[in-house]
Amino acid sequence: MASVPAVLQSEWTKIRTVSSTSWTLASALLVTVAMSAALCALMKATFDELSPAERATFDPTFISFSGMILGQLAMVVFGVLVVGTEYSSGMIRTSLAAVPQRATFLFSKIAVAAALALVVGLATSFLSFFLGQALLGEHRTTLGADNVLRAVIGGGLYMGLIALFSMGVAAMLRSSMLSLGILVPFFFLISQILSAVPKAKEVAKYFPDQAGAKIMQVVPEALNTEKAPYGPWGGLGIMLIWVAAALVGGYLVIKKRDA
Amino acid sequence: MIELEGLTKRFGTKVAVDHLSFQVRPGVVTGFLGPNGAGKSTTMRMMLDLDNPTSGRVRIDGKHYRDLEEPLKYIGALLEAKAMHGGRSAYNNLLCLAQSNRIPERRVAEVLDTVGLTSVARKKSKGFSLGMAQRLGIASALLGDPEILMFDEPVNGLDPEGIHWIRNLMKALAAEGRTIFVSSHLMSEMALTADHLIVIGQGRLLADTSMADFIQRNSRSFVRLRSPQQERLRDLLHEHGYQAVESGNGTLEIDGATTESLGELAARHQLVLHELSAQRASLEEAFMQMTAGAVEYHAHGTDVHPGTDSGPRWGDQAPRWGTTSQGK
Repeated sequence: MASVPAVLQSEWTKIRTVSSTSWTLASALLVTVAMSAALCALMKATFDELSPAERATFDPTFISFSGMILGQLAMVVFGVLVVGTEYSSGMIRTSLAAVPQRATFLFSKIAVAAALALVVGLATSFLSFFLGQALLGEHRTTLGADNVLRAVIGGGLYMGLIALFSMGVAAMLRSSMLSLGILVPFFFLISQILSAVPKAKEVAKYFPDQAGAKIMQVVPEALNTEKAPYGPWGGLGIMLIWVAAALVGGYLVIKKRDA
Repeated sequence: MIELEGLTKRFGTKVAVDHLSFQVRPGVVTGFLGPNGAGKSTTMRMMLDLDNPTSGRVRIDGKHYRDLEEPLKYIGALLEAKAMHGGRSAYNNLLCLAQSNRIPERRVAEVLDTVGLTSVARKKSKGFSLGMAQRLGIASALLGDPEILMFDEPVNGLDPEGIHWIRNLMKALAAEGRTIFVSSHLMSEMALTADHLIVIGQGRLLADTSMADFIQRNSRSFVRLRSPQQERLRDLLHEHGYQAVESGNGTLEIDGATTESLGELAARHQLVLHELSAQRASLEEAFMQMTAGAVEYHAHGTDVHPGTDSGPRWGDQAPRWGTTSQGK
């Protein structure tokens, strides 16, 4: 049997020796922090134009994560490439010949990549939060306020889970291009659009990104967001179910299919 | 030692590998020969547990591949040249493989030196030529210093220098007592490297024989004669018990005779000869003849269609060459 620590070390070498790792993770961080900061600055400048209801439900924590809508796409790309390039490069056959226990191979790879995504995700959410609060001026909140720390850590968890979900999907589809072609439009367009369409949004609430994003919200109905039938942890739980389903699907595919 | 037992692979209704049973023994180079599409690569992938057999099994030193502890230390394989991540350097591609099987890192530099890639060790492998990629693939096969090595079409796309290098490498590895299993669709290549030969066509075993035996059985030697007095020559040969076969252009082919005896015979009877030559049919011809019924893609449409009547033709003859007859 393959030694798990050895396979983990091997997968870590794989991840750190390709350039896509650094550019996708750096983009996830920079895009999220920069876009969040820009929106926080804009919000401060236009705060007085908000309606009284909007002012009452203003969520300074959530607004400082608004760049994640774009930044999460880099996380999707990271997750897809970690798994997908094994297939597109033909490396999968070399890898499985070295580690024929397919579950050990797949989950070691995913564990290493997910840990890295989580670390970068947490760094992203803390940076976004502190920079955003600094730019919000008198409308800011602090880490010590109720539920704020949960939301900031939740932002990191969200980024990590998005990457993990993408890895599961790429393992199921066995192709980087196909996975990106589905996931990027889904997260960037379909999920966003459906969540604004009556009736469809009842379903969209249960999409992994919509449900998972609730963890980053401190004021439940902030910025005209929909009231959800679940709380922040409930939302993260729904996202976890999606992630688990994608990983189980990916495992079944790699276990059954010819490499 | 690799043992295949009734190994079968179906893709839908198409049978790619059909009840293959043979053994690959240590200390020799075993050639795995078959036309394109005969099922060689599929067989090799099943040997490495990359493809799941429909039925049958493969054992490596008595074990299933999946039960090998750190398999790169038992068996190294070159399946296709570009089975590496192009964005990673040659060194790092090998390093992550070494780590997964707890092979010491110094082996990476050693095998890169063996295959002559030390100078490009830190270059990204996507810039490699086919020959360099092939060498990198061979380096990965050698990484765990395994007793068994498998190479799928290793000379494909290589220049003469590279081909020469691979041939010598395989012979040297076999001389160290290792099991070498190498596939090719070129008989001429096998004749130069292999000691033992396994021939398949349409997924079925056609021959399992030593190279020397194959050459002896299949390289027909005969004498070619051409004379303006062909009728007389023919009668004369018949009188002396030679079987002459007309082969067009007024030439006669005689099996089992020497040029000396025929030349002297003609001289004694004062026959004019325009040609007297010793001929030898090439192994390539023998191979093509053997697999003629089992070639999947014919160049022209008049040939027999695979699967209609081609099977029995060679199925009947297969045991002639083989020590193991096919499974059905």
